[in-house]
Amino acid sequence: MKFAIQINEGPYQHQASDSAYLFTKTALEKGHEIFRVFFYHDGVGNGTRLTTPPQDDRHVVNRWAELAEKHELDLVVCVAAAQRRGLVDDGEAERNGKDATNIHPKFRISGLGQLIEAAIQADRLVVFGD
Amino acid sequence: MSELHTVNKSPFEKNSFDSCLGHVLEGSAVLLYEDGVYAALKGTATEGKVKAAQGVKFYALGPDLKARGLAQDRVSDGIEIIDYAGFVDLATEHDKVVAWV
Repeated sequence: MKFAIQINEGPYQHQASDSAYLFTKTALEKGHEIFRVFFYHDGVGNGTRLTTPPQDDRHVVNRWAELAEKHELDLVVCVAAAQRRGLVDDGEAERNGKDATNIHPKFRISGLGQLIEAAIQADRLVVFGD
Repeated sequence: MSELHTVNKSPFEKNSFDSCLGHVLEGSAVLLYEDGVYAALKGTATEGKVKAAQGVKFYALGPDLKARGLAQDRVSDGIEIIDYAGFVDLATEHDKVVAWV
């Protein structure tokens, strides 16, 4: 079965990113397909490569990136939510005159159309977070 | 058409559990996870609501109970404890997944 995942909460806010990660990982292990993981609202914080948690804590960003590497996941960050929260890629840096980027290379910034498409293409959309 | 409803907030913090119960239809399922597992406990104000929901199957996510130090014998009768694989199965068995947050 084809799943789309939506995450609305920051990586260390409550538990949404952990729950979504474990759901996604388990679904893949069971042979299901993950069409896309869409990060919305504070969820865009899951996509910054500058995250540095304490060494004995889980690294939420790298964990998503490693899962994406292994299963070729499409990790998409909402552009408007990203702009508000200072999550920047090369295109956004140029467009908005910023002097740096911070998005993890396994993530990409795109629009809400990607969420709608995922909801249409997938058999189930599962939403995590506030 | 059956639905899987997920509740991830404590019923003592937000009213999402009550909102969920107000919409859930017979033949559907409710999964309590994250802080939502507090709604699964015996001897609380939610216990009667779980029992009163006719034809609705309730589940609680075992790892989230464990993370909160809640032993399985504290969970109300009739609520099935599942793991993440069970969560994925529930999502496939129902026609859609509705998140109450």
